[in-house]
Amino acid sequence: MKAFAALLDRLAYTPSRNDKLKLMADYFASAPDPDRGYALAALTDGLFFRVPFRRIFAEMLETRVDPVLFRLSRDYVGDTAETISLLWPARKDDAPPPRLADVVEAVQAADKSEIPVLLAGWLDRLDATGRWALLKLLTGALRVGVSARLAKTALAQWSGKPLAEIEEVWHGLAPPYAALFAWLAGDAPPPDTAGKAVFRPLMLSHAIEDRELTGITPADFVAEWKWDGIRVQASHHGGEKRLFSRTGDDISGAFPDVVEALPEGVVLDGELLVMRGGEVAPFNDLQQRLNRKTVSASMLKSHPGHIRLYDLLFEGDEDLRGLPFEDRRARLEAWHAEHIPQHTDVSDIIDFTSISELESLWAGARETGIEGLMLKRRDSPYIAGRPKGHWYKWKRAPQMIDAVLMYAQRGSGKRSSYYSDYTFGAWRATKTGEPELVPVGKSYFGFTDEELKQLDSFVRSHTVDSFGPVRQVEPKLVFEVAFDSVHRSARHKSGVAMRFPRIHRIRWDKPAEEADRLETLTGLIVD
Amino acid sequence: MNPDRFDSWLKIDAKGLYCRPGGFYIDPHSAVRNAVVTHGHSDHARPGHGAVLATKETLAIMRARLGELAPRLPQEAAYGEPVSIGDVTVTLFPAGHVLGSAQVLIEYEGVRAVVSGDYKRSADPTCAPFELIPCDLFVTEATFALPVFQHGDARGEAAKLLRSVAQFPERTHVVGAYGLGKSQRLIALLRAEGYDRPIYLHGALQACCDLYESFGVALGALEPATGAKREMLKGQIVLAPPSAIADRWSRRLPDPLTSFASGWMRVRARARQQGIELPLVISDHADWRELTDTIAETGAREVWVTHGREDALLHHIRSTGRRGRALALIGREDEDQ
Repeated sequence: MKAFAALLDRLAYTPSRNDKLKLMADYFASAPDPDRGYALAALTDGLFFRVPFRRIFAEMLETRVDPVLFRLSRDYVGDTAETISLLWPARKDDAPPPRLADVVEAVQAADKSEIPVLLAGWLDRLDATGRWALLKLLTGALRVGVSARLAKTALAQWSGKPLAEIEEVWHGLAPPYAALFAWLAGDAPPPDTAGKAVFRPLMLSHAIEDRELTGITPADFVAEWKWDGIRVQASHHGGEKRLFSRTGDDISGAFPDVVEALPEGVVLDGELLVMRGGEVAPFNDLQQRLNRKTVSASMLKSHPGHIRLYDLLFEGDEDLRGLPFEDRRARLEAWHAEHIPQHTDVSDIIDFTSISELESLWAGARETGIEGLMLKRRDSPYIAGRPKGHWYKWKRAPQMIDAVLMYAQRGSGKRSSYYSDYTFGAWRATKTGEPELVPVGKSYFGFTDEELKQLDSFVRSHTVDSFGPVRQVEPKLVFEVAFDSVHRSARHKSGVAMRFPRIHRIRWDKPAEEADRLETLTGLIVD
Repeated sequence: MNPDRFDSWLKIDAKGLYCRPGGFYIDPHSAVRNAVVTHGHSDHARPGHGAVLATKETLAIMRARLGELAPRLPQEAAYGEPVSIGDVTVTLFPAGHVLGSAQVLIEYEGVRAVVSGDYKRSADPTCAPFELIPCDLFVTEATFALPVFQHGDARGEAAKLLRSVAQFPERTHVVGAYGLGKSQRLIALLRAEGYDRPIYLHGALQACCDLYESFGVALGALEPATGAKREMLKGQIVLAPPSAIADRWSRRLPDPLTSFASGWMRVRARARQQGIELPLVISDHADWRELTDTIAETGAREVWVTHGREDALLHHIRSTGRRGRALALIGREDEDQ
C-alpha cells in the first residue's frame, strides 16, 4: 500500500504527462505481483466495490473523533475523505501496514458486517498518505489525472511492448492482470484473445490544410463526410457485445440501444451520433449521453444512438485489416445489406474527380453535423495509430471573433510561473445602455512561447485585482479567437459556449472598444 | 494587581502583550521602549525598539535583518539564566522553533506565566530542543491548531525530496523554504540523509545561512543559484523564498520542479493552489498533538491562545477543564511560510 500511496500522491501533484508516465512506469517496474495488477486496475477504473463506504466512514468517525473538531477540520480542508485521512486518531498497532492486494482481496471476500473492523485496522496501520490512498481506492474516485490510456501507455513505456499490442489484448483480461504482467515482463507469450470482443486500436488520420490539397491525386482517393460525433469501435464476438471509444474505453453501458443491434461475429468502425428522423442531432445532444454508466428509458427515446459505419475490421473470425480500403468497403456494404442492423447506416462515399469539385460540394453541404471531409487512399490497409500518407481529414476553416482579455490564471507545470490561461469577453449593453464585457470563453493555447512571455508581462503590468491564482486585467488587449462552433449554454453568464477556442492572433494594435459584441457570437449558434 | 488574576498584570493593548509589573512588552508588533523578544522572525522581532532582552542568537539575527533599526539597547540572556526586571523575574528557555528561539518564563509573586512564542517539539539539528516549563498560565501559539495537522518525521520528507531528485535527474528541484530556520533545517536534514552535493541558494537565503554557520551549525557546501550557469543547475537542489519558486526568478532554472517545505503542505488544496509538485510537510511549529500534549504537561490552569486557528484549540482546552482565552493579537501573519 505504501508504494501505491506514494504513486497516487505524486501523480496527483504532477501536471506533466511525461512525468506521470515515468512515475507509473517506475512503479510497474518495481512493485510486485499482484499489487501492481490491482494498482493498474485502480488507475484504469477497473475496480468497483459494492460497499457503502461513505456511510461506514461516517459511523466510524462518530466513535473516534470529537464532532466539533471534525467540523472545524472539514471546513478548513474542504474534502471529507482527506480530512479523515489527516486526523484519523490511529490506535497503536504494531502489525505492518496492509499490502494493496490484501486490501482489495479482503474487501471483495468480506461480508458487509466485517468491513468496518477491517477498515479501522488498516487506517490504524497506515500513515496519512496511505489512508488517503486507501479512501480513494475504496470510494472509487482516484482523480489523479490519469486516464486508462495513459496507464496503458506507461505499461508500454516500461515493458517496451507497443501500446497497440497492449490495447489489443486489454479487454480480454481482468484484474490483477497476471497474464498481462507475465507477458510484459518477458516471462510468457501474449495473452490469447482470439474470439473475444476486445478493442482493436483505431486507424487515425492527419489534418490537411487547403494548400496541401494540391498534392492529392483524386483517382487514388475516396472521400466521405466527417461527422461531428465520436469515433467508436463496435464489436460482437464470443457472445460479448462492446462499444469502445477511440481510446479503448468501454462505453457500452451508456449506449445499450446501439450495442443491442449488433449481430454476432463483427468488428466495426464508425461515428457515434444521436439521430432523430434521419437527421444528425447537434453534438451537445450526444454529450448528454456520454459519461454515464447507465441510461434512462426516456433518454433512449429522446436521444437515440446511432452509428454511421466507416469500416469493417473483422467478419466472423476473418481479420480484414490487411485488405485495401476499397475491398473492406465492399465487404462492409455487403455485410450491412445482409444484416441491416438497427441504429446503423453506412457512411456515403462522395464521388469526385477534382479537388475543386470537392470544394464546391462541401461549400454547398447544408446538413448539420458535418465537421469536415475525410480523404482515404483506396489501397490503404487498416493500420493502428496514425500512419503517414493514408487518411486525411479536411476540416472547415474555423470561425473567428475578436474578444477582449479579462482574466488570466497561472498555468501548471512548465507554465506555473506564467499567466497562461486566458478568459476573454465580448461586449454587450447593460440595462442602462452602458457597454460591459461578459466572458465568452477561455483558452490556453494558440500562441508561441515568445508571445506567452509578452502576454505574461502584459498581465502583470495591467492587473487591477487578483483572486488567488487569478488576475483581473484592464480590458485593453484584443485576441482574435478561432473556434469550431458556438452553442447555447445555460451554465455560462453569456449564455454561449465555444467549442475548441484558441488564440489565433494577438491584436496588440486593436482598440478594445472595437472588439466583437456578444450578438455576433449568438448569431453563429448552430443549435 | 492580583498575581492570580493573570489579566490584571498581563495586558493586551494596541502594541501587543504587556507585562505591567515588569514594564515590558513581549514580541510587540510596533516599536516600544522595553521588550522581550522570543525569536528573530519578522512578525515577532519588529524594528525600532529601545531595550530588548533576547538570546544572543536572536539579537544577532535582529542586527543582521534590521540594520539601523535593530534594538538600541540589546541585552543578552542565556537559556535558564534568571533576570530581574521591575517586580518580576524573567528566564528564557529553548522553544525549539529556530536558532535562538525562546519561551519566556515570567515569575510574579510566586505565580508562573510562560509565553511560548513559536515552538515545536520534534527534533531539529539546527537549534536547541524545546524544554517543558511547568507554569500556572501558558500563553501558546496555535498556528497548526487543528487535528488534521500531525507533522510526521521530517527525515522522511527529506528522503522524499532525494528520491524525486534521483527519479527526475534532468529537472531542477526548487524548494520554497522560509529564510530563517526552515532553510537551514532542510539543509541539515538533507545532509543527515547523506546528500553531500552543493545546495544552491537564492540570494535572499545566504545571510541567514552564514549566521547559522557562525553559531556552529554546519550546512556543508552552499552555492549561489543567482548567477550560476543554467546547465549547472540541472539535477540540483535549489532553495528559494516561497515567493520566488514559481515566479519570474525561477525561470532561470532548467525545467524546475517546484517543491515547498511547510506545515501547510499537509493540506492538498494549499499545495495545489500554489502549483506545488512536490509538497514537503516540514514545519517549525508544534502540530496538534504537540500543542495539546504541551498544554497538558505544563500543568497550567489557564491557557491563552495568541494566533492561529484558536477555535479548535480553545474547544479542546475547555473540554479538558481549563480556562481558555483567545488573545487575537494583530500583526501575526500566516506563519510557517
